[in-house]
Amino acid sequence: MGDHVTEIVIFTLLFLLVSGMGFVAARWRAPNDMAHLDEWGLGGRSFGGWITWFLVGGDLYTAYTFVAVPALLFGAGAAGFFAVPYTIIIYPLVFLVLVRLWSVSHRHGFVTPADFVRSRFQSPTLALLIAITGIVATMPYIALQLVGIEAVLKTMGVTGDSALARHLPIIIAFAILAAYTYQSGLRAPALIAFVKDTLIYIVILVAIIYLPYKLGGWGKIFDAADAKFDASPNPNDGILLNAGNQWQYITLALGSALALFLYPHSLTGVLASRSRDVIKRNMSALPAYSLLLGLIALLGFMAIAAGVTPLPGAKEGSVDSNTVVPLLFDQQFPSWFTGIAFAAIGIGALVPAAIMSIAAANLFTRNIYKEYLKRDATPAQEANVSKITSLVVKVGAVACIVFLDPQFSIDLQLIGGVIILQTLPAVALGIYTRWFHRGGLIAGWAAGMLLGFWMLWQIPNAATGRAHFGGSAFALDKFGFTDSKTTVYVGLVAVAVNLLVAALVTLALRAGKVPDGGDDTQPDDYFADEGDARASVPAQPTSTDPDLDPAPSPKTA
Amino acid sequence: MSDPEVRAESAPAVAPATARARAKDKSPWNWLLFVPIVIPLLTPLFNHDSPRLFGFPTFYWLQLLFIALGVSTTTVVYQMTKKRG
Repeated sequence: MGDHVTEIVIFTLLFLLVSGMGFVAARWRAPNDMAHLDEWGLGGRSFGGWITWFLVGGDLYTAYTFVAVPALLFGAGAAGFFAVPYTIIIYPLVFLVLVRLWSVSHRHGFVTPADFVRSRFQSPTLALLIAITGIVATMPYIALQLVGIEAVLKTMGVTGDSALARHLPIIIAFAILAAYTYQSGLRAPALIAFVKDTLIYIVILVAIIYLPYKLGGWGKIFDAADAKFDASPNPNDGILLNAGNQWQYITLALGSALALFLYPHSLTGVLASRSRDVIKRNMSALPAYSLLLGLIALLGFMAIAAGVTPLPGAKEGSVDSNTVVPLLFDQQFPSWFTGIAFAAIGIGALVPAAIMSIAAANLFTRNIYKEYLKRDATPAQEANVSKITSLVVKVGAVACIVFLDPQFSIDLQLIGGVIILQTLPAVALGIYTRWFHRGGLIAGWAAGMLLGFWMLWQIPNAATGRAHFGGSAFALDKFGFTDSKTTVYVGLVAVAVNLLVAALVTLALRAGKVPDGGDDTQPDDYFADEGDARASVPAQPTSTDPDLDPAPSPKTA
Repeated sequence: MSDPEVRAESAPAVAPATARARAKDKSPWNWLLFVPIVIPLLTPLFNHDSPRLFGFPTFYWLQLLFIALGVSTTTVVYQMTKKRG
């Protein structure tokens, strides 16, 4: 551990600096009244271009991404590069869809995607399903941020033998994070994001110039990777795609992009911005992060060229491939710079973890607490419940990592991406059309969930010898296409079935004259901008007749 | 914009005129946004090793170049659809 002292000191200093900033953030752009969910949970809906750029960038490109994507390239090659098309196609999608969602949320004071669904389809049941899906999908994502920090701590040698000693640094880090998120709300990650991203940009710029120079140039790096994959027995690795995984690459990139902007924390970042203009301009500026991610991904190949061997995993005989990037830095950089690089990854975990816990807390407050527990909650009570829930969520995430195999969180996150996609018909299509019957959407959701779980259950992982939840690439021969080696992304198949069922059930319910809910939004709401007054219709009318919401049993779907 | 007269009674809009005037989401320019959604998904376009550029196989440099495609398309659409004056 002796040779890591410089790294640990620099890591700790930078960590303490951002913790201080987190607490001070409560007074940054301070409102008159912090006891309102719009202030605590959305930073007053007032962020301009720069803050939004750092906040959304820090939100979408998480520490886990920075650690896991190069690990994928290290292990499988080209297939891991899906992160680049994925983060290219998300911005035009946001440009088309989320700008409208921003407008309608601005008019009606929506805080969560479930708030929107509640008003659009006048269905508390559907809103509850969307909220629960969002919370369940977000929780393991938060836990994975801890996996990112742990990869760094492991490399620095800050790991004891007992379970408690191994996890103590993470517990302390998350306790501090929880405290300043409680106090400052969304302002804390917004302020910290400036430091985090500056550090990451510096580290990566240095890495992509210095490391290829040390390793003999980019050509050598790709050739080393090519040689490694040629020698491996796995047919699906290589520096190019092959017939078996091209469809997986396409469907995974598209499915991940659709999933990412349905995650509640993406919406939190978008709703916190001041105007439509801020969001649209950011869609041209945010791809700078995609370039960064693409270059970070290639660190996986640099690790191959540098001959990095990943550290052992939690289980006997396994390896923790998430350690390849930290090890590469540790091996190639002087220790003071490694300290900065590690701090960038560590702090990089805090920003999304804070935003995700705020998003999950808002879902609970708005769509469970206010809907079912306390109808007449005041804005101050809402803010308070959200603050407390954000603490509970973080404790839950830490517990996941400390008491369960980290692999469990990775599996859950895999499932999370698939299930969040099942909110697409209600949320993303709902922004464009009110055609679907609310009963149809509920049936489609149930069908997509069941199929998604069933498909994930069927996927083995040869590398780890597990029979289930071995990945997200589903072999089409399981559907009876026996001559095909093609694999596809589970989420996209499940959401296609979801849409089909939603459409068919909608037609059936219309034919059977089953009453549908109304619509509290108007066409003009989807174009509202900064300065337009709030609608006088309350976002959550308290007079909805429960009889008007006959949710059909999803079991039959 | 289908039936504003029906809904207008149940939910009195405060500033529908300004919002409608701004309703440029309907602009045909928006169709341009499908270019950076579709092109990065066409793997036969870029699943090659050569020609290499600065040592990067085509697969890698071309996909990184698509980022520029995405940026320029969203910029053009933003400029053409933003409110004037």
